[in-house]
Amino acid sequence: MSMENTIKSSDSDVLVQVKNLKMHFPITEGALIPQVVGHVKAVDGVSFDIRRGETLGLVGESGCGKTTTGRCILQLEKATSGNILYDSVNLGQLDRIGMMPLRQRIQVIFQDPFSSLNPRMKIGEIIAEPMHVHNIEADNRAREKRVLELLSVCGLNPKFADRYPHEMSGGQRQRVGIARALAVRPEFIICDEAVSALDVSIQAQVINLLEDLRDEFNLTYLFIAHDLSVVRHLCHRVAVMYLGKMVELADCDELYDNPIHPYTKALLSAVPIPDPTIEKGRKHQMVKGEIPSPINPPSGCVFHPRCISATDGCSKAIPEFREVKPGHWVACTEV
Amino acid sequence: MAKLLEVQNLQTQFFTSAGIVKAVDGITYDVDEGETVAVVGESGCGKSVSALSILRLIPDPPGRVVGGHIKFMDQDLATLSDEEMRKVRGNKIAMVFQEPMTSLNPVLTIGLQITETLQQHLGLSREDADERAFELLEKVGISDARRRLKQYPHHLSGGMRQRVMIALALSCNPKLIIADEPTTALDVTIQAQILELMKNLTRELGVALIVITHNLGVVARYADRVNVMYAGRIIESGTAEDIYHHPRHPYTLALLRSVPRMDLPRQAKLDPVQGQPPDLTKLDDGCAFRPRCNFATDKCKSSGPKLETVSDGHATACWHHDKLINALETA
Repeated sequence: MSMENTIKSSDSDVLVQVKNLKMHFPITEGALIPQVVGHVKAVDGVSFDIRRGETLGLVGESGCGKTTTGRCILQLEKATSGNILYDSVNLGQLDRIGMMPLRQRIQVIFQDPFSSLNPRMKIGEIIAEPMHVHNIEADNRAREKRVLELLSVCGLNPKFADRYPHEMSGGQRQRVGIARALAVRPEFIICDEAVSALDVSIQAQVINLLEDLRDEFNLTYLFIAHDLSVVRHLCHRVAVMYLGKMVELADCDELYDNPIHPYTKALLSAVPIPDPTIEKGRKHQMVKGEIPSPINPPSGCVFHPRCISATDGCSKAIPEFREVKPGHWVACTEV
Repeated sequence: MAKLLEVQNLQTQFFTSAGIVKAVDGITYDVDEGETVAVVGESGCGKSVSALSILRLIPDPPGRVVGGHIKFMDQDLATLSDEEMRKVRGNKIAMVFQEPMTSLNPVLTIGLQITETLQQHLGLSREDADERAFELLEKVGISDARRRLKQYPHHLSGGMRQRVMIALALSCNPKLIIADEPTTALDVTIQAQILELMKNLTRELGVALIVITHNLGVVARYADRVNVMYAGRIIESGTAEDIYHHPRHPYTLALLRSVPRMDLPRQAKLDPVQGQPPDLTKLDDGCAFRPRCNFATDKCKSSGPKLETVSDGHATACWHHDKLINALETA
């Protein structure tokens, strides 16, 4: 702990540090005496920092480990190895009680606005519950007042407090999820595909809301998403994951304008741009094949079987995640 | 080019306890042979229902096609018997659905599902059907096709299943494929593969394609012509260039302004359309977009605008479309 404290004093603008995080889920066989026959390497040695006040985008395709990384930071999964330091406190060493005050500071917004709200609770109760748990606004009337405040901050009519989730549309429910996260006055919010389930016009409303809240309450976001357009719009820095590994990390515009890793390039090229003239002139670099299984990932660089720049060496050596330009990190030996 | 499909004033309604839902409220469009037409809109705008109506797949009750004509290869589909309609479905018009898991039968092998179609519609023998199924899987880029034919849908990834769906759709050499959100459930690199495959195969075989999607990027990349739907109506139609560079309906404009761009540095906050889409049981005679529209006047309340041609092949349903000339540039 003492060493970590020194890091804090020199590096105080860093809020979250993820160091060599690994999350391997065991695969068991046998009903009576389960035996571990393998591991799903959902996250396999990921390191990054999140600075205070910034929005870090974490992108990648399904199964790349971006959600698991978020869940590990929230301590919803017990990491296999590696450390997560929040404001220099090692979260892995805390017990349930010790974690409580931090849970107030770290909140989460989930993807599915249908399954993340309890259908039997009224909206007002849903938003008040975290305040109850963390003993904020101990007085009932103050709590009610704050619920109404939060509803209007999130662009909802205060009369929704007496309604149930099924009476609301997807966009409105997502706003309730955001209001619930804000209820305990957090400083750090993990948005796990928070706008993915919404229609474009509603999605844009929620993106603007997240932006307004960030400015108003000085929030730090970890924005987990697969939609690269939304990430470019909202994030300061972006990290790209593939098969449990971090492949590239850079400032937002740098990553989109000068991608270095072949996977990032392919990913960006695959996203269609809403402009037919640009699309006609664009060269599409298709990435061949499908994402391999994280149970038995390829040796060396995990992307090498699909990579157009792969050489013989790529299947042997695991590329180091290194800084090739100031602030621009890449895990590829061929660049 | 000859008209392959003509949809005229199609109306589909659902009779529910909450009232009559006018899911599709008088849409008219056509598709030429070999052309790719996109139908764009947000959830509940009637884009999928319009496609199911063409194939007469609307569950009745609660839904019913209450008006309009659908002419396919100069034949009015409404006059066909159920038996005749079955021969059109899957044979002349094929469909690719969004969910490759739920649209394939989980207890039948891939091979059986393809050969069944071939035997039913084309009357092939078992051996010929097997051979053709193998060719089809090769064509849609599935490696090790012999082995795949013996596998079940759960052995395959989402992208592979969607390839199988495309193989199924192509199996009887259809004239038209209707793809309802064909790539929405897939990752972007797989989405790009599947869309490229569909584009190449439809061009190569001269099949017309109706792509139903909410993704404006997908439309820009693949569509020749675009129909934008809102609250059960087509509110603007034109070439992809017309729609993206010279939108003449406030909703189209709002949609374009709502999408963040991946190719440009962030310039400003998004400018989304406010409010929610309307309740389809409570539509009045006026323009359905009026409550969310910056251009709305009393005229929009009293009567709904009809699609009106503004230039060759470009039509919009807005009383105030003149105010939108160069709207994108002045933004």
